[in-house]
Amino acid sequence: MSVPENMEFFIDPARCIGCQACVQACSECDTHKGHSMIHLEYVDRAHSVQTAPVVCMHCDSPTCAEVCPADAIKRTEDGVVQTARKPRCIACNNCVLACPFGVPKMKTDFKLMMKCDMCYDRTSAGKKPMCATVCPSQALFFGTREQIERLRPRSTPNNRFWFGAQTITTKVNMMVPKTAQAQYIDVTAAMSERAIGKEITLNILTDAMYTGEEE
Amino acid sequence: MASTPEESQNIIERFGPHPAYSSGARLQTGIEPDDLVDTHCCFCGQQCGIRLKVKDNEVIGFEPREDFPFNQGMLCPKGVKRYLQGSHPDRLVSAYERDPSAEGGFRPIAYDRAIERVASEIKRIQDAYGPDSFAILSGASLTTEKAYLMGKFARVCLKTANIDYNGRLCMVSAAVGNKKAFGIDRAANPWSDILKTEVVWISGANVAECAPITTNYVWQAREHGAKIIVVDPRITPLARTCDLFLPVKPGRDVALFNGILHLMIENDWLDHDFIEKHTVGFEAVAEHVKEWTPRRTAQVTGISERAIRQAAEWWGEAKTSFLLHARGIEHHSHGVQNVLGAINMVLASGRIGRPYCGYATITGQGNGQGGREHGQKCDQLPGARDISNPEHRAYVAEVWGVQPDDLPGAGVDAYEIIRKADSGEIRGLLSICFNPKVSLPDNNFVTRVLDKLEFFVAIDFFLNETAHHADIILPGSLHEEDEGIVTQIEGRVIKINKAVDPPGDARQDWRIIQDIAHCLGRERGFQFTRPREIFDELRQASRGGIADYSGITYEKIEKQGGVFWPCPDEDHPGTPRLFEEGSWNPIAKGAGPFYFPDGKARFNVAPYTPPAEDVDEDYPIILTTGRVVSQFLSGTQTRRIGPLVDQYPEPLVEMHPHLAERLGIADGDWTTIESRRGDCTLRAHVVSTIRPDTVFIPYHWAGRKSANQLTISAQDPISKIPEYKVCAVRVKRRNGE
Repeated sequence: MSVPENMEFFIDPARCIGCQACVQACSECDTHKGHSMIHLEYVDRAHSVQTAPVVCMHCDSPTCAEVCPADAIKRTEDGVVQTARKPRCIACNNCVLACPFGVPKMKTDFKLMMKCDMCYDRTSAGKKPMCATVCPSQALFFGTREQIERLRPRSTPNNRFWFGAQTITTKVNMMVPKTAQAQYIDVTAAMSERAIGKEITLNILTDAMYTGEEE
Repeated sequence: MASTPEESQNIIERFGPHPAYSSGARLQTGIEPDDLVDTHCCFCGQQCGIRLKVKDNEVIGFEPREDFPFNQGMLCPKGVKRYLQGSHPDRLVSAYERDPSAEGGFRPIAYDRAIERVASEIKRIQDAYGPDSFAILSGASLTTEKAYLMGKFARVCLKTANIDYNGRLCMVSAAVGNKKAFGIDRAANPWSDILKTEVVWISGANVAECAPITTNYVWQAREHGAKIIVVDPRITPLARTCDLFLPVKPGRDVALFNGILHLMIENDWLDHDFIEKHTVGFEAVAEHVKEWTPRRTAQVTGISERAIRQAAEWWGEAKTSFLLHARGIEHHSHGVQNVLGAINMVLASGRIGRPYCGYATITGQGNGQGGREHGQKCDQLPGARDISNPEHRAYVAEVWGVQPDDLPGAGVDAYEIIRKADSGEIRGLLSICFNPKVSLPDNNFVTRVLDKLEFFVAIDFFLNETAHHADIILPGSLHEEDEGIVTQIEGRVIKINKAVDPPGDARQDWRIIQDIAHCLGRERGFQFTRPREIFDELRQASRGGIADYSGITYEKIEKQGGVFWPCPDEDHPGTPRLFEEGSWNPIAKGAGPFYFPDGKARFNVAPYTPPAEDVDEDYPIILTTGRVVSQFLSGTQTRRIGPLVDQYPEPLVEMHPHLAERLGIADGDWTTIESRRGDCTLRAHVVSTIRPDTVFIPYHWAGRKSANQLTISAQDPISKIPEYKVCAVRVKRRNGE
């Protein structure tokens, strides 16, 4: 059993409402019951309600596997990067530190790295992952490229990311506005910049408020 | 006398809320369930389809149910973790009697003995003070069969006029507005009409947190080019990326609607044909909104003139549109006027009764729609009939096998029941599915009144805070322990299916009600053996009413994925979209699409009045209240589900950094919020996503964390909804810190 080739995962942070349905549903997945593998963060809650969900991006050449000294992380032929194998994992944290997306979690209780395996028990049996099934905003979407093109005419999937000199291609796609015409997403480019959320959100509220001045 | 039997802390230790987490079979992998039960979520009005996994009479988890058309597998965090309410350590599994010497203040007693005590107290109180001295508070999370039975029980068995329900705190302003304007109280459209509309207008609805699945409908409309307009004092998750955000000052919604209509008239963005053919009353409304110039609208609403003009232009020029509103405009002492103002905008546009032209209130409670149609409201009989209308009384009396004159008249609303208990007119109370000590405004008053009752019996599956004051507690049933219908947000009647049996002495609520009737020696009409029999009588009782369910069967619901009422006969497919040419309408009888004898919708002049308690020098800040995504209503269930508690453990007071700076409050500081009715100390959440003149507190918590210690019990004069969305407070850092 494997994940069908035409079924892909798409993330659209513009849709995310931060409700945590994905986080709660992830812990219901049979391969890691009771443990949620999803990262859902406020970008800057003081100034915006914007949240960003991150599942494992399932890299074509996974950095986590490349740095693993115990060869515990396997990418199956269908492109899914699996959680570390228990008998091999030495809980060294290399993968946690190396993953450019910050995905793997070290479960110190079990001395095991765990991460999103795209609900392998479900997706390899023809079902959708828990998170993408329940997501009320469909910020997390699992389906075919034809479906996403039909449903999201304003956006386009992108699966190439730059981290400095490293280019990574992933099985999971990030939806970006069509107008952006991005060939890739330079993840590190904005790392040293101040978050710009503040100015944007303040304007939404105060620009639309009556101030008593002539307009 | 009913009163809190001992220190609350002891009650909480014994009865909770304790947060439950997955354990045992719920945490094991690879378990084969005995059964998979297709049913719905127990929480909000969307009633998402869900498949419960059952093992050894326990719900051990869920599978998304992608076959149900409304949510297609989607669930919010509450739906995901709803299964943890079953097999809960706080679950009431026997009847209890108040006993100050017992652990937690209550001692378990035999179920039959408890029923006998309830019956004898009802009899004693009614003999001494008259039938209306015993009141019932019911709820809109009950199935429609139970809600129907509660209405019948009050009128036929207890012969009391005083029954009302917690929908009084929820949908009644919308219900009254809809009836005044359209002659019918139901969402006018299925949600699929949102998908391809040009403009989605959302007023006073935190869709992402209170109706999360609706988000995907709105986003999908946007994908196809729709403009999204959100009106709210806070930048809610949906507002963050909307096309136009109107940061309305709480309590000023109708001024905005009047201002928009003013601009529609000025720019001739009107559907003259529709207004002429299908409405009455436009001229008076047009005259009234003349004074609502953009300048005046801006001054009153606190929204910039530019934003108001932009909204009017998008709304005015649209070919299709969908207007949604919720408690944000309804929870006001002029909630009905707010709703009428919104409807005037819709009627002037002519965009209703056609594909992608829609209007709806977003119903809050699980059976908020069905629970308000079949007779547990103080002035209503089944089929959305009027208890003061002689023909309606005669019809229902015949179905019930009683004389019309034997039916009591209209009773009073839920808050007035509390006031009458204060004055001594009401001496006894039965409550089910209602937690007024948390959910009613000015709840310090409510608490004092509960202590005045001579006898109070509560039916529930957990001991909610109101039941702390009960003399007898009867163990009722969870959603998954019974079957029956509910009507969800779109007007779609759906079926709840039973997954497990009630534990211990707990039993289905309708059985408990019937047991009381039997013990009173008035069992006639209360001898149903299963919900299907109640449903069949309900169908009969609703026949010919506006909310006509007579053509709906359990089988048809199953086959069609729900049936939209009205559905007047078994060959009728139901009515997904109201007000279409030629659709069934027992009032207009072909005269037109709306539910009045002439078939025409009504414009209603909707005057603006300020909130009952505006800010002043002493209380200079507006308090508004609402919900968070991980909690539900008064929290009786969700404060007992561990993962949901962890997601948002306790209420925070949200305020803008400008206000926080002025008050010397930093994020995380303990902050005291005081109104004329009470005070509350919570941590500050300093965020620039709220108007600087307003603070927000979610209301799901009890005791000293309860936001409703502060809120005002002012009510809309027509709908009797309380003004939860605006009152005056002062805010300061907690003393000495």
